[in-house]
Amino acid sequence: MQGFLTLFYKENLRFWKVGFQTVAAPILTAMLYLLIFSHVLEGRVQVYEGVEYSSFLIPGLAMMSLLQNAFANSSSSIAQSKITGNIVFVLLTPLSHIEFFSAYVLASCVRGLLVGLGVLCATSLFVSLPLEQPLWVLVFGLLGAALLGTLGMIAGIWAEKFDQIAAFQNFIIIPLTFLSGVFYSIHSLPEFWQQISKLNPFFYMIDGFRYGFFGVSDVSPYSSAVIVGCALLALSFAALLMITRGYKLRA
Amino acid sequence: MLPAIDVRGVSKAYGSLQALSPTDLEVSQGEFFALLGPNGAGKTTLISLIAGLAKTDTGTIRVMGHDVGTDYRQARRSIGVVPQELVFDPFFSVRETLRLQSGYYGLRRNDDWIDEILHHLDLSSKADANMRALSGGMKRRVLVAQALVHKPPVMILDEPTAGVDVDLRQGLWQFIRKLNEDGHTIVLTTHYLEEAESLCTRIGMLKQGHMVVLESTENLLKRFSGLNLRLRLVSESLPDSLRSMLAAPSTDGEWVLSLRDYAQVEHVLAQLRQSGCDIASMELSQPDLEEVFVSVMRRD
Repeated sequence: MQGFLTLFYKENLRFWKVGFQTVAAPILTAMLYLLIFSHVLEGRVQVYEGVEYSSFLIPGLAMMSLLQNAFANSSSSIAQSKITGNIVFVLLTPLSHIEFFSAYVLASCVRGLLVGLGVLCATSLFVSLPLEQPLWVLVFGLLGAALLGTLGMIAGIWAEKFDQIAAFQNFIIIPLTFLSGVFYSIHSLPEFWQQISKLNPFFYMIDGFRYGFFGVSDVSPYSSAVIVGCALLALSFAALLMITRGYKLRA
Repeated sequence: MLPAIDVRGVSKAYGSLQALSPTDLEVSQGEFFALLGPNGAGKTTLISLIAGLAKTDTGTIRVMGHDVGTDYRQARRSIGVVPQELVFDPFFSVRETLRLQSGYYGLRRNDDWIDEILHHLDLSSKADANMRALSGGMKRRVLVAQALVHKPPVMILDEPTAGVDVDLRQGLWQFIRKLNEDGHTIVLTTHYLEEAESLCTRIGMLKQGHMVVLESTENLLKRFSGLNLRLRLVSESLPDSLRSMLAAPSTDGEWVLSLRDYAQVEHVLAQLRQSGCDIASMELSQPDLEEVFVSVMRRD
């Protein structure tokens, strides 16, 4: 247990020591998105009845920042340690596979949730946001952070160069978040694209998260929670398999 | 008594490269063992397998009786490894690095021991410095400290003195020797063969993934006892009658002849005189580990 706690603490300390880059910068980016999109689209688009576009946008932005930062934490930490070679200090120790996995994923959750919360707090200064079902906010916040933390871990273990992490981020994570309904409701899309969107697991995280605020969503939050939960289980299984077998960690 | 390290039939290939052919090795508790070999001989591969940093293709490895595959947590508790690469985590200071490393082994309050290690490794004044601010030699000593935080009974040092200046190297050896006297088993790889000769009681030599020598330092040097006569001739050509005494093929015009005793010097001089060869330079010496190493590595 002490070994797990130390690795978890170290992973938190690692991102906290560069907090401007890992926490403050993504909050600022989300604020810029809000400023620009709300300025352009406020009054022209109404996604849910009685909900202003700026209010609709904020949970999506918070969730997007949460997901991207949870992914960035585990992926960059593991890839950096592997490439610089200092991962050896963790690999030499008696940490169990599950401790190794949990410490990285939970630290990713902490960073993701911190950034998500930061975005919500910062935007609340400008836009008022209802909070109909706070439990769902928490459930989807945690599930989303854990899912992306796990995906980041898989990417970090798999990557041999920083380019590969960047490619993972730019060609998979960012397109999937942007096309998941952060800026729109999928009901505003043609039928074909609605069906395509439903294949995107990020859609369920953002839709469920938004339900917690407005009590309205494109899909039932229960269905979304089951889908996201199953995706988390599948990815956790894959990550643990990689760790147990030493894939690209213990050559 | 259980062996500190017990390697049986262990092999490892990377793609088509056989990095280590099936190898057996037993290192007793309290031993100071040297693992020697040229670059690419398989030393680091063997160390990585013992430390659990790589997986074996065949065979089993036990550290203090714990299988490194099935009982990996106990095996890793029993071993401290100083890696060859100068690696560090740039986010932390020396003390933070050592505290974290202690925590991974389940040790919460380890500052007394950390202070003692820092003192012995002459790092006390750098305890709060960031790892990035340290010189290469200091980083190397932090690696040694990291391997020691959990007081492992077995220490493996993969070229610990590479890039460390003479003064610090001697201090480091004094400390490692003390650890060995206190009962720690030490396994060392080094390219400084005089270090291995003076410190280690037993030597293993790897060549192209094969363990070609495995015996006590004393026996090894005895086996290669006799004298070496280094000759440079004006004509550069050695008489045929002396070629059977060659210890190794000529390098840079220098001939090294292997003699049984001093009496053979007279025979060599007589042969040279008879063949009309003039001597440019001549030196007589007893073989050291370096010569034994060169001789072993040149064998087919």
